[in-house]
Amino acid sequence: MALDGNAIGGLLLEIFAAEMTSAEATCAACGAVRPVAETTVYHRGPGTVVRCRSCTSVLMVISRVRGLNCVDLSGIEVLRVRPASG
Amino acid sequence: MAGTAVRRRLSWVVATVATVTDETDSVRTIALDLPDWPGHQAGQHLDVRLTAEDGYSAERSYSIASADGEPVAITVERLDDGEVSPYLTQELRPGDQMEVRGPIGSWFTWGPHDGGPLLLIAGGSGVVPLRAILRHRQRSGSNVPARLLYSSRSLEDVIYREELDQYRGNAEVRYTLTRRQPPRWDGFAGRVDDAMLDRIAWPASQRPLAFICGPTRFVEAVAELLVARHYPESRVKTERFGGA
Repeated sequence: MALDGNAIGGLLLEIFAAEMTSAEATCAACGAVRPVAETTVYHRGPGTVVRCRSCTSVLMVISRVRGLNCVDLSGIEVLRVRPASG
Repeated sequence: MAGTAVRRRLSWVVATVATVTDETDSVRTIALDLPDWPGHQAGQHLDVRLTAEDGYSAERSYSIASADGEPVAITVERLDDGEVSPYLTQELRPGDQMEVRGPIGSWFTWGPHDGGPLLLIAGGSGVVPLRAILRHRQRSGSNVPARLLYSSRSLEDVIYREELDQYRGNAEVRYTLTRRQPPRWDGFAGRVDDAMLDRIAWPASQRPLAFICGPTRFVEAVAELLVARHYPESRVKTERFGGA
């Protein structure tokens, strides 16, 4: 069952050391811009696959290999992350 | 609150169970003792990690049920084929410990500065983060108008019913019961549809802010109905959960 980007907020915070669910991702395939929270996430299986909610293209794949998080971001053209304030 | 915005490493910490409260036959609220909790925003979640004696561990995400400033609590629904929820809802006792990390999330969150009017739509245990939003709204003295439409199988399955019924005029709470309605039920029945939204959804011209939380299919159906009512996508915040 598909979830959404909220479900991987913890994983992304672990990888990027920043709150990523409101970061905006531009899909490299269709150009749709959405917050990571509103992407489609398949979280079961050997890794985590994040897809564009508009065109279903793969935006991001996160797999854990021998204790390392490997992140393929080739489906994202631009990722806009708001700097932490406070 | 300010602490939640600071960039920080996300690390697992040990939480001690303070209290457990049965909400329904299959749902339990677990209040945690977390001495160094940095505070949180309404709508955020935390991750829980349980590790068995043989080293096997399982992680799950749970919405935070409490408002900032209250003891951190999660509300867990038991899924009989689940790996984690039967333990959390049946075995766990005050004084037990578990690892947690959080708070997590910055999109599906609400604070008084985000305004409204608020339209909160919950399917089943999707009411948990929306309850945190209502509590935070009340504690912060916000006068943002708020309506909650809560879809539940039956009245017995409604989580936080006593609390939600107390809002009365302050926030409008309506239930729709999808499987079973008590005799003389005068609330809604069946799945969330356009006729219900005609009664409860703020017109798009009022620039409402909508939060929808529930199972994936529920969230997608409701979000579609709201977008068809000209709610801008950026004002329809969604959170989907699956069984775990």
